[in-house]
This record gives sequence, C-alpha cells and structure tokens, in this order.
Amino acid sequence: MKKLIIHHDRIDDPEKWVEICPFGALEVVDGKLEINAACKMCSICIKQGPKGAFESVETDISAVAKEEWKGVAVYVDHLEGNIHPVTYELLGKAGELARKLDHPVYALFSGSGIIRNAEKLRYYGADEIIVYDHPALEYFRIEPYAAVFEDFIIKRKPAIVLAGGTTVGRSLAPRVAARFRTGLTADCTLLEVRENTDLDQIRPAYGGNIMAHIHTPNHRPQFATVRYKIFPTPERRKEPSGTITRMQPAEERLKSRIDVREIRKKEQQMNLEDAEIIVVAGRGVKKKEDLLLIRTLAAALGGQTAATRPLIENGWADPRNQIGLSGRTVKPKMIITCGVSGSIQFVAGMQNSDYIIAINTDENAPIMKVAHLGLAGDLYEIIPRLLAKMTADPS
Amino acid sequence: MELMVCIKQVPGTSEVDIDEKTGVLKREGIDSKMNPYDLYALETAFRIREERGGTVKVISMGPPQAAAVLFESFMMGADDGILLTDRRFAGADVLATAYTLAQGIEKAGVPDIIVCGKQTTDGDTAQVGPEIAEFLDIPHVTNIRRIVAAEEKTVIVEMDMAETVEIMSVRYPCLISVEKNIYTPRLPSYKRKLEIGDREIIRLSLDDFSDRNELHYGLNGSPTQVLKVFPPAPNTDHDLVRGDSGHLAAYLFERLVERKFIRKDPV
Repeated sequence: MKKLIIHHDRIDDPEKWVEICPFGALEVVDGKLEINAACKMCSICIKQGPKGAFESVETDISAVAKEEWKGVAVYVDHLEGNIHPVTYELLGKAGELARKLDHPVYALFSGSGIIRNAEKLRYYGADEIIVYDHPALEYFRIEPYAAVFEDFIIKRKPAIVLAGGTTVGRSLAPRVAARFRTGLTADCTLLEVRENTDLDQIRPAYGGNIMAHIHTPNHRPQFATVRYKIFPTPERRKEPSGTITRMQPAEERLKSRIDVREIRKKEQQMNLEDAEIIVVAGRGVKKKEDLLLIRTLAAALGGQTAATRPLIENGWADPRNQIGLSGRTVKPKMIITCGVSGSIQFVAGMQNSDYIIAINTDENAPIMKVAHLGLAGDLYEIIPRLLAKMTADPS
Repeated sequence: MELMVCIKQVPGTSEVDIDEKTGVLKREGIDSKMNPYDLYALETAFRIREERGGTVKVISMGPPQAAAVLFESFMMGADDGILLTDRRFAGADVLATAYTLAQGIEKAGVPDIIVCGKQTTDGDTAQVGPEIAEFLDIPHVTNIRRIVAAEEKTVIVEMDMAETVEIMSVRYPCLISVEKNIYTPRLPSYKRKLEIGDREIIRLSLDDFSDRNELHYGLNGSPTQVLKVFPPAPNTDHDLVRGDSGHLAAYLFERLVERKFIRKDPV
C-alpha cells in the first residue's frame, strides 16, 4: 500500500508547483504545499516536482497468503442455460493463464435446469465445472447469485476470477468482489499473469484515451471483467475433458428481496456483436436517404450496417447499432467504415476487428491510422462502382 | 419516500492526452462537469418524488471543488446535498469509492431508493453502484430502462437484458442504476437558483463515519493499483491508397476477393 508524503524542506516556492498536478490536487495551505482529495495517486508529482520533495512510502499492511489461492475461474454467462459466447472466450484466456501457473481452470455455472448444458463447457478446457442448479436461481436476482458465487470462492479459492462484461457480469462481479473486499478491474483488454499469480490487467479509461495498467498485489481473488469480442474464441476441442461437480447451495442463502414478475422477449434481432461483416456509416453520409447506399453494400457483402454517434443523435439509425464506447464493441472479420473520421470513442469500439477498411475523403483523418486499408476517396463514388463490379462479377 | 442519488464530478471532456515522452497527462480538458449519466439518475429520482412525495438527496465523493455538481443538482431540483471530502479518500479505486459512499449514505440515513447513473465518463466501470449495495446489504438492480411504479414497499422496474426485458419488484431499501435515456433530464432552472439562495451542503470527512480506520479508504483501502498509464498503441499495418474513384473501387474489389469476402466462382 502506498501513501504520498511531501518533504516541505525540499520545496522553496510552493506556489510554483501547484500546476504540476493535472488533477488540481495540489494546493497551498498556510504557505505549505498540501495534497487534497482530488489526488489520484498517479505519482506525476514525484516525477515532475522538485527532486525528493514528493515521496511514495509503503504503509504496512498484512499481505495475503497467495499460495493458498489457486486456479482461474470463469463465470459462465447464460440465458436460461444458453451459454453466452463470451464464456468460451474467457475459458480460452483462463486456460492460457492457468497453464503458466500450473493451476486448474474452473467454470462456475449457476442457474435452474442448466445441468444439461454443462457438458458443452467440457470442450473448452475447464478442469472442473461447478454447477449450482436450483429453482431459486431461475432468474438472475442478485442475492442468490452472489451467494452461490461466494460459496464457490470459499470452497475453491481461485486466484483469479473472470466474468463477461455483460449485463449480468457487470452487476454480479462487483457485488461479489466487494463481499471479499478485493479488487475488480472492469473491461480489461489485456490480461497476463506473473509467477506469483499477480494478474496484470490493462484497461482503457477516459473514454479509451488512455490505457491503464492495473494490478491487485495484496488481495485475492483478483476479479476482472472482459467485454464480449475482446479475446479470441478458442477452438472447440474434439474430446471433452474435465469433470462436472454439482454443488448444493444452502437454502437460507437463496432468499431474495427481488421478485421477477414478467420476462418479455425482445423482438428478435441480429446482435451487431455477432456480425462477421459490418459496414459503418459516418458523418460523411450527408442525408438519411443516402444510408441506402451503405445498406446496399452491407447486404451485398452479407453483413450488417452500423453507424457512428452523430448519426444516431440525428435519429438516422437505431441506437443499438452504434459502435463506440457509448455503443457496441465489435470485432468482425471485416469492417468497412464509410465517411467515418475515427474519433477515439469510435475506434475504441472497433479497433480489434480483423480487417479494417476506411473510405474517407480526408486521408489525414484519424481513422486512416487505424485502418489496414485506407481509401482516400469519396464514398459516393467508390461504393456505387464497387457494387457495379460485384454485380458484373457475381458471386 | 426518501431518495438519494449518487453523483460525480468528472473531467469536462474525455479528450485527455498523454505526453508520450514523459508519460504525463496533459492538462487540457481538465475542466469539470457533472457526469452526464448522473443526469438520468437525478431525473428518475425527481419523477419518483413527483409521484410519491418525499425528498431527493444527492451525495458525492470528491475534492472540495466537487460541491459544484451538488449545487447544479439543487438547480435541477434536489433537496439536500452531501459531499464526502477528505484527503484520506484520495486515490480510491472502485472498492474504496463504494465503501466511502456506503459509509456516507449510512451516516446520512439509508433512503428507500438509491439511484445511480449507468457509469461515469472517466472511469467507465459501472461497478460502484453494485458495490455500494453490497456494503449496505441491500438488493440492487442495474440497467433499468423504466420505472413502472414506486409502491408502498417495493419499486417495480424494467431491467434491460441483452435479449429480454425483466419486470421485477424490489423491496426497499434498494439501489438501482438506470440506463441513459430512461427519461429526458430537466435543465437547471434559474428560478430555482434564486429560490435556493445560499443553501448549504453537508460536508463529511472520515471522522464523521462509523468506520474511522484510515486503511479502509483512499489508496490504502484500494486493492487495485494503477502501475502506469499510457496512450493506446496505434495500428502499424497500413495501406493507404489514393487515386481516382474507379481505381479505388477496383483496388477495394480485388482486396475483397483476395480475402474471400467476395467469391469469384468459376462460371
């Protein structure tokens, strides 16, 4: 644990140093430089301030016995037993981390009437699939779900717990992490593990403008959530492996102050996240009617259309088809951006795509730095010509 | 009906930049504003109050300057404001932030409903709300897209799941976090500003809490530590093509065929 202290004798002109803190956490109180509540503990003052004036000191805290915590656990995200694909992505990552440590991979599967689906998890490298199958777990309600999660952690003591950045994962993981008074890093984009089981977690912050490298040195388990489509899906194995263990939750822990009254299916729609090919309309599309051109191209390629935030704000497209930090994160095989400048917020939602093509009249647009193939030209001229070629040369 | 809304002061823009040589955050864009998602939480609380009566308190943790967002919420219609401010809260991660807020809420009196916005624009975690609920040992529901009704003992809400909408009733006291666009937030009113006059906010520090152990707050109470921050890596594999539209279309066509996105079947 760190604490920042100021050696006032090494500061001759306190006023001069107030500005070095980007968060405004330095102020002069009674002629002395003080750190206020705005401090983010970023340590910039140590580097930028007068030599030796700011110091980070370790405060004594009891260290966790890391060797007692073994294994990488994945929370199995599902709807009525249908496993969300982010689960397989996480199992792939968990396997990678566990191999380095020679730890087991656990899959925690809780719900009602789900046991029949547990077998599927045996093809993705889990060593033990732990199933809590109970009628009280029929719907996702926080107290019973958190209770069985807690039970699992107490019984298996995993060093690392991964959950999908889904509606359920983002609600459940923090609840359980808080119960164990441990750390949780949301929306990780990169995970690596050290020999002492410390997890190196990289995540975007400030709308993807900066990346933060985070670790949890003194607490276990280490919780991380990861959005869908950040990690690759591992190959389904030919032979199943691992065991299925049924656990009996304690009845009195399954009570909830929440009653689910009704579940309504939303109108069936293709999720943008599942599309293999996406054609995106940006501000270079001048009027709503012109979106037909984008849709025609998407249809010709067998893909989906999406849009950037300005178009959504104009009401030209469905907000569910917005790509970016305030919309969806996608990782298709190919994405063609048409008249998209490439704001950092947009790029954060699509930069992991396998093949990125950008059509933009401005060859200096930020999107060109992200694109594998940048076409410096007018979408209104290029797309019709491409479509013409595609019809002349039918597939 | 007692309502409390958790709000946060965030940087005015997320366009922060890092000096690649020094690794220092550039100062531009450090102006601050209320986290935009909190406006929806406030609006939700005001609507419940309009229906059921009662009061809406707002609570925030931050530096003394963060009082600005509490005053802004007064102009929108909040009744009382609590600012948790203490140097010992500095450097708090999700856990320490949630714990500090939970302590502040407990001190102020746990209301019937705590309303949180979906997430903040600086941290983007969306996880402080559920952790507050855990520390207060109350139920929580996230991703709420509509309040169906606030009844005597429960609030009935619509939760937006990926493929379904779940309608559930949640007993008080509870914590809910609401989706963006649940309701259109009202604007701060100048008339109300005059009515408020110089209403005071309540400032609480660690010494006001029931748990006064410094190790549970700020950086000391934060299991996660930021080792460093750095700019995102740019893609280095680029092919920028210029020329007339016919050439560009032909070039694109060839790439699509090459990568089998368009199949050229033998006729």
